[in-house]
Amino acid sequence: MILCEQYRFELGLKIPMEPTTLIVNGRSVSVTADGDTPLLDILRNHLGLLGTKFGCGQEQCGCCMVLVDGHPEKSCGKALATVAGKAITTIEGLGTPERPHPLQQAFLDEQAGQCGYCLSGILISAQALLDRNSAPSRAEIAEALDDNICRCGSHVRILRAVERAARLLREGAAR
Amino acid sequence: MNTPALPPLLAANPRLDQWVGFPSPGRVRVSTGRVEIGQGVLTAMLQIAAEELDVASERILLQTGDTDLTPNEGYTAGSQSIQFGGVALRMACAEVRAVFLDYAATSHGYSRADLAVRDGAITHRGEATPHDYWSLAAGVDLTRAAAGQVPTKSVGDYSIVGRNASRTDLPDKVFGGSAFIHDMVLDGMVHARVVRQPRRGATIANIDEAALRRAAKGPIEIVRRGNFLAILGADETVVEAVAAVAPNHVTWDGVDPINPYQEEARWLLQQPSIDRTIGPAPPAEPTPGTRHDATYTRMHIAHASVAPSCGLAQYRDGKLQVWTHSQGVYPLRAALARTLKLDPTVISVKHVQGPGCYGHNGADDAATDAAVIAFRQPGKPIRVRWRREEEFGFEPVSPAMVVTAQALVDRSGRPTDWTTEIWSGRHTSRPGGGGNLLAAEALPDPPPHPPAVDGGYPPGAGTRNGEPLYDFPAKRIVHHLIAETPVRTSSLRGLGATLNVFAIESFMDELAERAGQDPVAYRLSVLTDARARAVVEHVARISGWRVGLPAGTGRGHGIAFARYKNMAAYAAIVAEVVVDEAVHLTRVWCAADAGLVINPDGALNQLEGGIIHGASWALKEGVRLDANGISSRDWESYPVLRFSEVPEVTVELVEPLADRPCLGVGEASGGPTVAAIGNAVAHALGARLRDLPLTRERVMAALLRA
Repeated sequence: MILCEQYRFELGLKIPMEPTTLIVNGRSVSVTADGDTPLLDILRNHLGLLGTKFGCGQEQCGCCMVLVDGHPEKSCGKALATVAGKAITTIEGLGTPERPHPLQQAFLDEQAGQCGYCLSGILISAQALLDRNSAPSRAEIAEALDDNICRCGSHVRILRAVERAARLLREGAAR
Repeated sequence: MNTPALPPLLAANPRLDQWVGFPSPGRVRVSTGRVEIGQGVLTAMLQIAAEELDVASERILLQTGDTDLTPNEGYTAGSQSIQFGGVALRMACAEVRAVFLDYAATSHGYSRADLAVRDGAITHRGEATPHDYWSLAAGVDLTRAAAGQVPTKSVGDYSIVGRNASRTDLPDKVFGGSAFIHDMVLDGMVHARVVRQPRRGATIANIDEAALRRAAKGPIEIVRRGNFLAILGADETVVEAVAAVAPNHVTWDGVDPINPYQEEARWLLQQPSIDRTIGPAPPAEPTPGTRHDATYTRMHIAHASVAPSCGLAQYRDGKLQVWTHSQGVYPLRAALARTLKLDPTVISVKHVQGPGCYGHNGADDAATDAAVIAFRQPGKPIRVRWRREEEFGFEPVSPAMVVTAQALVDRSGRPTDWTTEIWSGRHTSRPGGGGNLLAAEALPDPPPHPPAVDGGYPPGAGTRNGEPLYDFPAKRIVHHLIAETPVRTSSLRGLGATLNVFAIESFMDELAERAGQDPVAYRLSVLTDARARAVVEHVARISGWRVGLPAGTGRGHGIAFARYKNMAAYAAIVAEVVVDEAVHLTRVWCAADAGLVINPDGALNQLEGGIIHGASWALKEGVRLDANGISSRDWESYPVLRFSEVPEVTVELVEPLADRPCLGVGEASGGPTVAAIGNAVAHALGARLRDLPLTRERVMAALLRA
């Protein structure tokens, strides 16, 4: 368990806050922070999970996408208090260089990225899609990624990578 | 074998040890002034160095964009990294290899001609020797200047260059690493946000400090110097929340309102301008032939990087360290020295990757914000991350433009005299000289605003690609540079080429139609450059171009061609669209000739990216203005192409392994894509849209006119 001490300040008084517990990438963590704090700030600044990116803070670009109880959500707009007790999956929870998730492997195989800033959010959105649809069409993949902005124009490769990942996952399941 | 003259960047940074070193056994240090901005340049540089040094690329530690460590290559911009930076690195590496072989021969009695290198080890007649780069390094002086007399490898001998290489930076980004400057965490780091001057020259009238402190749920510090105002604190969430409401609690004097009418480009036609003509004088009247002209426009375009800019700085023991995702660490250092009145030698600027920038966005400004604060707060590491609305509202945007294409046409329907007349704000205002940095302008004693320039032609800036590559007997550019624009403008991928190519290639289709000729055949009838012809013919072939398809059916195809800057890569594009009330881009084909291609997959990725970027410009993008400046400050009001709007894309390289100079490819496909889409839409509608972007409203208006 990770514990983060935090205080809030009101009228110059330093008031200790109640901890909030959530499950991040399978681990129970307890965070003491203002309930209004965006989940994104909790992940990045309190828990040191820097894979989830800040893009707009307005829930418009998808760079900060995480899974909350399996649903893709923009963590910049999710207050800590609203995710208490919930299971959060971030990009760090997908795979590692040693044990890549099929999506990560497929993105590398297809060289699907340029600056790469949007990729963690896109991988999370793609994971949410593949969790509910193991054989999505190109149009279904595009629709699932429509909340994610990519500015470098890596879209075509990203669509291909998600198709490839779906294939890898199906083959893995069939084995 | 190739023995070109000393490349300019090697001449400017001649010491071999500026480029290559052998720091420890089995390791090679390679330095490049070029920086990774999403274009994959570091992977290509690694390939170049590994190839010429004959070492495995895994042995190479690449240093990049660091005023303490790397050569000064100016900016990573203009599709010049490989064409110039790569060529310099290639020659430096070839010479280092040769210097070591010379030394091995003289010091150990080998015949020089029998020596070679295999993964850093010296071989003699193909057999191993006890020597390698590392064992010989102590005896070799790499502080010598490059002579430029050593031949680089022949294309036929390449085993690394010309083959697909996986991007070295991609794994970290796929596995959620801390790859970006935004992810840097320094001990004791202080987060900062700047309360921006609403307009250039605005002065602070009042700061409601009590209100700012009430908005803070934790300790903050308010820093002010002149009209530069920043909120600081250890907790980013707290600082961000205060910054969000801060504009409500600060009042300003001298805020000049702007005319929202300037959102569309035609206001440029009434502005005073700096004029120049490039090319022959216009023909005397009367001249034989028929005169045609058409006028094309576009709005201001944002870089709209996917994340706002970020900069870090720390001033300690008289030294200022700055981390930035700027495209030019040396020019930024010069600008910071001017701004802070410091000697450049006490400033170190290091590049750290950021979101794709596509030109001069807020990166330099964010770094300067951090440096200005850090200089006043010695010891504290300061991190400034711009807010999304700040990036949209205050980054320099690409200027609105108007272009009139005018041709005198002979009886065969071909131009005998061509004029491209361009009205545009400045496309280059990078901060090298110290001006054009928001923080610098807010400080007391701001630097003078740099004069508006367009640079020499070619390549030009607003004038870029203003001259068609076609064989017209007389061609000229008439350029009107408008120095005063309602919002700050600077370079964006393609600069003026985007609208110039849109205008030229749209007008070529209009002339072809008047002449009753197919657009592909018409272009080829006035194009003798063999490489240009090859890409046009190639893209027509792979797209299954069909002659004589009727116009106005709601389905259309269009072709466009340009050679970027008339000096870099050639690209021809065919676009296919379906138009109902709006434009649906269904397919894009591209053929490109970039000379020798270092990393073919990397070049394809860049061309694909340019196509999607161009499609987004053509169909969606335009900066919105109101009296307060840029009003499109989020992704709702500044829409860009989304996944469900992306076409299928096919890109092919023409002769990527030909023994020809490398040609910059990063900006080659954007302009032709915009133009091909325009031509496809005109074909689908049977009516021409000459104002970008080609939105639903403009399509509807064109349908009503038709």
